[in-house]
Amino acid sequence: MTHTKLIGERAISVNDEGYLTDYAQWDAQVAETLAKEINIELTPKHWAVLKFLQEQYKNEVALNIRRIGSSGVVDIKEFYQLFPQGPLKTSTKIAGIPKPASCI
Amino acid sequence: MKRLLILGAGTAGTMMANHLSHELKNKDWEITIVDEQIKHYYQPGYLFLPFDIYEPKDIVKYIEEFIPKGVKLIKSKIDIIHPKENRVTLSGGEQLPYDILIIATGASIAPEEISGMKDKEWQRSVFDFYTFEGALALRNKLRKWEGGKLVVHITEMPIKCPVAPLEFAFLADSYFKSKNMRDLVEITYVTPLSGAFTKPKATKALDHLLEEKNIHLETDFAIEHINNENKTIVDYSGREISFDLLVTVPTNKGDELIARSGMGDELNYIPTHKATLQSKNYDNVFVLGDASDIPASKAGSVAHFAAEILTENILRFMKGESLKAEFDGHANCFIETGNGKALLIDFNYTHEPEEGSFPFPGIGPLSLLKETRINHMGKLAFRWIYWNMLLKGTHIPFVSGSMQE
Repeated sequence: MTHTKLIGERAISVNDEGYLTDYAQWDAQVAETLAKEINIELTPKHWAVLKFLQEQYKNEVALNIRRIGSSGVVDIKEFYQLFPQGPLKTSTKIAGIPKPASCI
Repeated sequence: MKRLLILGAGTAGTMMANHLSHELKNKDWEITIVDEQIKHYYQPGYLFLPFDIYEPKDIVKYIEEFIPKGVKLIKSKIDIIHPKENRVTLSGGEQLPYDILIIATGASIAPEEISGMKDKEWQRSVFDFYTFEGALALRNKLRKWEGGKLVVHITEMPIKCPVAPLEFAFLADSYFKSKNMRDLVEITYVTPLSGAFTKPKATKALDHLLEEKNIHLETDFAIEHINNENKTIVDYSGREISFDLLVTVPTNKGDELIARSGMGDELNYIPTHKATLQSKNYDNVFVLGDASDIPASKAGSVAHFAAEILTENILRFMKGESLKAEFDGHANCFIETGNGKALLIDFNYTHEPEEGSFPFPGIGPLSLLKETRINHMGKLAFRWIYWNMLLKGTHIPFVSGSMQE
């Protein structure tokens, strides 16, 4: 099921869990809106992580916490501080990419 | 004579040795397989050993019993693979040149990855059951344990047989019931995932079973360290869970050989094309089983299904034909749910486990995603099939490499 969500006056499509179904609809405003919904104010460090996640997604690299910890962008502790409560799930949602299936 | 070299004589490597020696009879290929171990362990049996359901003799045989005549078995540690030079160096310095290499070196636990795991409580109150030694030590502990907080825990994904820790929790519930001490044991299942399993439909069925068996579920737990003094596991957000007995599945990693050879990712898994099983970096290198990074379960059933397709692809590669991109990630797992019952699930890269039935040789159709006694019989019968058919590459009737959709 996809749903329509309003970002300002623009409509985007998200799935049942709130992840974007079309990455092309993502922009900085989408990220800020989604972050605000879970009480995160995006800092330059957050943006660096989001950019890293999106690059991995474009290169079809599977994401997991360990890979982010060894990315050189953040260590795992910082990752948790930036995105409390399930950092991988929340950061990917804000980055506009699918929820990682780090789990098979 | 051309040379085909297989590294690793576990489930995947042994199956390939059998398939290929059968296909390449009287052809111009010499097949060699290398492993440092002399024993072959039936790894699904590690789940049953701690509960005294299987004995060690049920799950250990010798590697050489399963290597066909005509395949040369070398018992040696492997020092390094030189993929650019098409040769492998053994630890004694011997060189093994190859025309085609199949890497089947598997995955194993790395408890040293988590601070405090392989510490003073290791095999006292902190156990694994993914090794023969670990499962045996845990059996001895459980025989004497008087109860308390049992925590069953997964460190991080991916792990071999992602359902095994759940089965462990279910079997523990049965085990303590049969010892009339279930009321003395509090069971908690701790996972880095957001639910009991990795596929949403199966998770729904399994979450329900956990509840029914009074097993407490803690999700989204990414362990940072184990505190050996207070006996707690602590995650990156500071969450703590205390235990009297911790049964953990440590981080799983590919073999160190892969890291030494510069061929793996950060967990020593080899980048592999998921549909052909050819290495992404070297055309004459193929990867089967847990050693690869394909997004399928790390499980014997996956290696079995993949082996059939890989055999075909190796034959095509030898003839210079293009490879078949057919492997669909097919996995087929029995899930022991305790009290003599089991579930059966069947899935692949794209299809989730569905309800329905699955043809099973000698036993008949088994129910998918439903808890039944006959599924449990299937799981126990599987040990016989493993030793007598699967390793030998005998085709199992009605069960094809690709999932039936």
